[in-house]
Amino acid sequence: MSELLLEYLPIVIFLCVAFVLGGAFMLASAIFAPKSPDSEKLSAYECGFNAFDDARLKFDVRFYLVAILLIIFDLEIAFLFPWVLSIEGLGWPGYLSVMIFFGMLTIGLIYEWRKGALNWE
Amino acid sequence: MAQDPITWLGWTADAETTLIKGGLIAGFMVVLLLTLAFILLFDRKVWAAVQIRKGPNVVGPFGLLQSFADFLKFVVKEIVIPAGANKTVFILAPLITFVLAFVAWAVVPAGPDVVIADLNVGILYLFAISSLGVYGIIMGGWASNSKYPFLGSLRSAAQMVSYEVSIGLVIISVLLLVGSFNLSDIVGAQAGGLWRWHLFQIVNFAEPSRILLGPALLILAGIFFISALAETNRPPFDLPEAESELVAGYQVEYSSTPYLLFMIGEYLNIVLMCAMITILFLGGWHLPWAAVDQPWLGVIVFYVKIWAVFFLFAMVKAIVPRYRYDQLMRLGWKIFLPTSMAMIAIIGAYVVAFGRGSV
Repeated sequence: MSELLLEYLPIVIFLCVAFVLGGAFMLASAIFAPKSPDSEKLSAYECGFNAFDDARLKFDVRFYLVAILLIIFDLEIAFLFPWVLSIEGLGWPGYLSVMIFFGMLTIGLIYEWRKGALNWE
Repeated sequence: MAQDPITWLGWTADAETTLIKGGLIAGFMVVLLLTLAFILLFDRKVWAAVQIRKGPNVVGPFGLLQSFADFLKFVVKEIVIPAGANKTVFILAPLITFVLAFVAWAVVPAGPDVVIADLNVGILYLFAISSLGVYGIIMGGWASNSKYPFLGSLRSAAQMVSYEVSIGLVIISVLLLVGSFNLSDIVGAQAGGLWRWHLFQIVNFAEPSRILLGPALLILAGIFFISALAETNRPPFDLPEAESELVAGYQVEYSSTPYLLFMIGEYLNIVLMCAMITILFLGGWHLPWAAVDQPWLGVIVFYVKIWAVFFLFAMVKAIVPRYRYDQLMRLGWKIFLPTSMAMIAIIGAYVVAFGRGSV
C-alpha cells in the first residue's frame, strides 16, 4: 500500500488500543462490581422527584441556529486552509480575493448580529 | 542486518519502524494515563490551595496515590443504566469520548521525532478529531433519557461548536506565519529562543518586522486560551455541568467506569489543549534559550510546558466565577469571532508584505 496510507497505520493501531482499553475498563467494572438494580435506582434522576414525563423535550430553536452558524464559519475556515499554504506565492491578488470572501462573510455576520441571531436571552 | 518487511492488513513496514511505532504507542498510552492521574490530583491540590485547604492528603504521601484509589473505587462500583435509557448509545457515548480523546494524541509531537504519526496534515487531523468530541457528549445526554443530562448536553454542544470557530481561526492565523500543517514544522518554526515563540514575537528583535505582529499574537494566544477553556467545558465555562443548576450535566446518569471514561476523556482533552497551546504559541519542545535536538530533552521540556499551561487552567478554575450562558455566547460570537477574523486579515497582510522571514 502507498506511503501516504502507511502514515495512518499507527493511528489506526492507537485507536484500536484505546478502544480495547476503554472496553476493558467497563468490562472490569461489569465483572467486579456488585449488581443489585431496583426500580428506584434505575429511574431517571430528577432531584428526588419521580420523573414527570419523557425527557426528550422540545428545546430552544437557538441551539439549531448556533449549529447552522457553526457550519457557515467552519466551512469558511476549511476554505482558508489552502490559502494559508499558498499565500506567499499568491501575493496581493490572492490576499485581496480572500479579503473579498471575508468581507462577504462579515456582511453575513453583521446581518445575523442585527437580526439578533447572536443574542441569547 | 537485512530484515523482512512486516505486512499487516495490506500495510508494509520494516521491523525497526514497527518496533519504534509500537513503543511510541505504548509509551504515549502509559505516560498519558499516568500524567492524567497526577494532573487530576494537581488540579484538586491547586484548587484547595487557593481556598486555603489541604486537598487530598490521605492516600499515599501528600495524597499522591489519590487518583489510583479513585480508579479502584470506580472499578468496583455498580454500572447503573437507567431503565429508560438507550442502552447501546448510553454505553457507547463514554467510550467514544475516551477513544477520541486518546486518538487526537497520535499526531502530537512530544519531542523531535517523538510522534506516533507525523502527518503532513496534522493540524487538520487534530481539528477534525476535537470537533468529533461533541458526539460523545450529545450521545450521552440524549441516551440517558433524563432531563438534566439532556439540557446539559445541549448546552455543552452549543458551547463547544461556538468556540470551535474561534479556535479554528486562531489556528489559521498561526499557520499563516508557519506555512505548514505539520505540527513538527510549527514547532520547528519557533526554534532558537524565547523571542521566536509565537507568544513572544513582541520582543523578537532578531526580526524587527515581526514586532509589529507581537500584539496581534498576544491577543490570539489569549483568545485561544479562553476558547480552550470553553471548548473543554472548564470553569469558568462549565455551564453544561454547573453543579447548582444541572447537577453534573450530561454525566448525571453515569456511574462507575462509564463515568470514569467521560472524566478521563475530559481531562485528556484539557491536557491536549495545553499541548496545543504549547505547540502553537510556546515553542513546543524548544528551550527558551536554545533549540533542542535530542528527543529525550525535548520530551522533558514539552512535558514541563504542558504542566505549566495546566497550572493556568487550574488557577482559572479556582479563581474565576462562572459565566452566564448569554455572556458565554456573546463572548464567542460577538467578540472572539470578529477579533480573530481581523487578526487573520492583519497577519495575512503582513505575510504578503514581508514574507514569512527566515525559518
